[in-house]
Parts: sequence; C-alpha cells; structure tokens
Amino acid sequence: MDEMLTLDNVSLSYQTIHGETEALRGVSFDVAKGEFVAIVGPSGCGKTTVLSVVAGLLKPTDGAVVLDGKRVDAPGGNVGYMLQKDTLFEWLTISKNVELGLKIQKKLTPESRAYAHSLLEKYGLAEFAEHLPGQLSGGMRQRAALIRTLAFRPKILLLDEPFSALDYQTRLSVAENVSGIIRDEGVTALLVTHDIGEACSLGNRVIVLSPRPATVRKIIDIPLPSGPEKRREHKRFGEITNGIWKELKN
Amino acid sequence: MKRKIMTPHEKYLKEVRRGKIIIKLWQFGLLAAMLGLWELLTAVGAIDAFFMSSPSRIVMTFIDLAAGGEFFYHIGVTLLECLIGFAVSMVVGSIIAVLLWLSVGARKVAEPYLVVLNALPKIALGPLIIIWVGSGMKAIVLMAVLICIVVTVISVLEGLCATAPDKLLLLRSMGANRFQLLRYAVLPSALPTFLSVTKINVGLAWVGTVMGEYLVSGAGLGYLIVYGGQVFKTDLVMTATVTLCVLAGGMYALTALAEKLLKRRNKKRGAGQVQ
Repeated sequence: MDEMLTLDNVSLSYQTIHGETEALRGVSFDVAKGEFVAIVGPSGCGKTTVLSVVAGLLKPTDGAVVLDGKRVDAPGGNVGYMLQKDTLFEWLTISKNVELGLKIQKKLTPESRAYAHSLLEKYGLAEFAEHLPGQLSGGMRQRAALIRTLAFRPKILLLDEPFSALDYQTRLSVAENVSGIIRDEGVTALLVTHDIGEACSLGNRVIVLSPRPATVRKIIDIPLPSGPEKRREHKRFGEITNGIWKELKN
Repeated sequence: MKRKIMTPHEKYLKEVRRGKIIIKLWQFGLLAAMLGLWELLTAVGAIDAFFMSSPSRIVMTFIDLAAGGEFFYHIGVTLLECLIGFAVSMVVGSIIAVLLWLSVGARKVAEPYLVVLNALPKIALGPLIIIWVGSGMKAIVLMAVLICIVVTVISVLEGLCATAPDKLLLLRSMGANRFQLLRYAVLPSALPTFLSVTKINVGLAWVGTVMGEYLVSGAGLGYLIVYGGQVFKTDLVMTATVTLCVLAGGMYALTALAEKLLKRRNKKRGAGQVQ
C-alpha cells in the first residue's frame, strides 16, 4: 500500500440555528504517496470543506479520513495548508515566516532551520530572507508561503485555490514555479480549484465533484507529461479539459 | 542671475515643505492672535480681567507660584496620579481583554456588563469611591482607572478579535493551540489597536485625574482649580488649566513619539539588511 491519504465515505453537515446544511455526502478517494490530485467542482460545492476535513479542522459527521495510516480527527500538524491569499505574517521577516510552522510544532532545531533556509536558497528567496513580506511581489510571496508549509515537512500539502488572487500572467508563472517545487521535493499534494485548466495542468488525477452536497462524480486520470506549460501546449489538453467541463455541467 | 534648475521631483518636495511651513505659521499665528486679542481686550477694559484673567496675568501668576515651589508639588501630585491611573488601566485592562479573548463563554457573559459600564458616567460613582477607599490619592487614582479601564477592555478586545481568520486557520492547521494563536497571530495583529488605545487613554487618564481631584483632594492641579474657583481667583484657575494643557499635550506627544519609534524599528528590522 502506498496510499498517503484515504477518504472513506466521508459525509459532513454544518449545523446552524437556521438548520442543517449538507456539504459532503459519501466522499471517497485515495491519494498515493507523491501524487498530485486536483479537485474541481462548481463554486460553493464544498471543495474547501474537503481540505478542512483532511486538515482535521472539521470533523466529519460520518466516515473516516486516514492520513499515512493514522485516522485524522484533530489538527495534528501533518498537513501544509496553502490558502488563496499567501497569509504571510506581515510583521515577520520572510525567514521568520518560514520558521513559523517549526516554531509552532516545537521542532525548530539548527537542522530544521538549515533545511528551511536551504529551501529559500534553492528557490531564489535567500536574498529576501530578512525582508518583510510587504516588500515582495505577489509571486515571490506565494513562493515564500509554499516554502513555509514545506519547511516542517508535512505529509500532505493542501492547496486551496492558491493562485486565484494573482493576475493571469503571474498565475501561470507561479503555477509553473510551485508545481516544479512540489515535484522536486516529492510532496503529496491535494489541490482544490474551480479552474479546470489549472486542475488539468497540475494534477496527476482530477476529481470532479457534484454541486452541494458534494459527491465524487468522476475521477479522471490525466495521461499527460508533467509541467503545466508543457501540458497546456499538449494537443490533447483541450480535449481533456472539455471532457471535465462536460462532466461538471451535467 | 544664476539659478539652479530643479527637477520636477525637487520642485514637488519644495512645494510640500512650503505647504508644511504655511500650516505651522497659521497654527502659531492663530494662537498669537487669540492671546493678543485676549490681552488687548482686557487691557482696554472691554472685558473684565477679574473674570477672564489675561495672558500677562497668567504668566505673572505662574512666576509667583513657581517661586513658591509649592506649584511644582501640585503638578507632581497630579502627574503621579495620572501616570498611576494610566499604567494600571492599560495593564489590567489589557490582561482582562486577553482573558476574555481566551474564553468565548466569558466574553459573551461579560458583554452586557461592559456595555453598561461603558455607558455609565463614572463620576456618578464618586461618592461610593470616597466611602470605599477614603478621600485620598487612592480615590483619585481609582476614578482615573474607572474611566480608562472600560474603554481599554472593549477596544483591546475588539483588536484581538479582529485578527485575520486566514492567519488563525493557517496556525490551527499547523497544530497551534490557543496560546500559540494568541502569541503568534492575535497579539501582533492587535498592536496597532493597542497603540491607539494608549493614545486615547492618555487623554482619558487626565480627565479621570482632574475629575477625581474635583471630588476629593488636598493637592494637585484639579484642587488648585476648584480652590481658585471658590475664592474667585480666575488667574489661578487659568494658570492651572494652562499647565494641564501643557502636561496633557506633552504626554500625548511622548506617546506619539514612542509609537513612531516602534514603527520605525519594525520597518528597519525588515528593510535594513539585504544579504
């Protein structure tokens, strides 16, 4: 078994004073070690809820989430969460931001710090280590945010529309950049997005969710070479995205 | 005539400097005009200096009082009361706010109490304060604390609760507990609020102190004002009032300076070193 993450028949309903909202209904899928899986679905369908459940921030009403052989029912510091906004702490320097997860988990040792800084070095942010986030461009900030989540070596990376706050050009280059880093570091990743092109250019597989309550409609293998730019130029790219679009529309 | 040619940016900077100087001139000019008019009207007898005092009489009174040395004692008493009241309410108020942030239940229970305490004119508690702690410096400090602390609790709590949810979500996904959320995200986010509360409290602490001195006191600037009023010494009342203005303004300026230095240090720490 080389499954990193398993969702087994996960259902979740939100309770409010006005009633109950069913967000997920019987969602099941696996993510293999080192795999990049993208989830697409209509907006408001509960994509983010899936990530919250995996992170242990929300407890499923029914079913189980198993991460690397252990059942998840509370945040355990095993996931790296990357949000739409880079969420860098503006009062901390880039290097302090990158060390944040290590500090929270009390894992800040000379070795772990050296690893974090080697990532900054490797991905071209070393010279900005002592800068504040406000002095960096949007793309650099998003890279710094990614390094922050990688620094404490999470078992899985959760990406919640991490590029949607960027303008189109930046988005493409940052996506290229980020997916390169994820591949290089051999990290398992789960991405949610409403952008079909983004899902197809990044994922090894794409999971299509239905409108709320979200169920898994289809899981599609993307048989294309890796690298978003290469994929977007591939002659089968249009055909595959079209297929997913039709799947979503039904 | 040889004139240096200025770049558009230099021209712009010169304009900005000129604008600033004009504002300063108006500010001082207005003050001088008011003082001059006041002095003139009392000198020609258009208004009665016995009721209105006058700038020259205030200066004379100040010199007389300063020569006696007792005036500085009064200033010292008021300043001390004000500083104690200010410090106690900042520290205790902030601690209460943090405790309320830590417990959602306590926050909800406390809410109506805070609203009522905030709306209550604290001066109404004056007689009770005297009964409880006597008519000394304690009563005055307590009055200052009562006036400042409710605002401190409410504003600091608001600042703590305004922390970006994204940041909290991120820390929680990393496995942070409530105290870590507080330390790494909530307190640093609330720093600007804390600084603005500090500035507000500088003003309120003076209100509380003088109010306390009106109620009960044997010394202090508030005492001099009440005493001067009772014996119709408007010069004394005016002199003490002007001294209060200067002290309160000075304390505000110090706070603003401290804020500026703190901000500059933060900025420097980020921008300074490029490796």
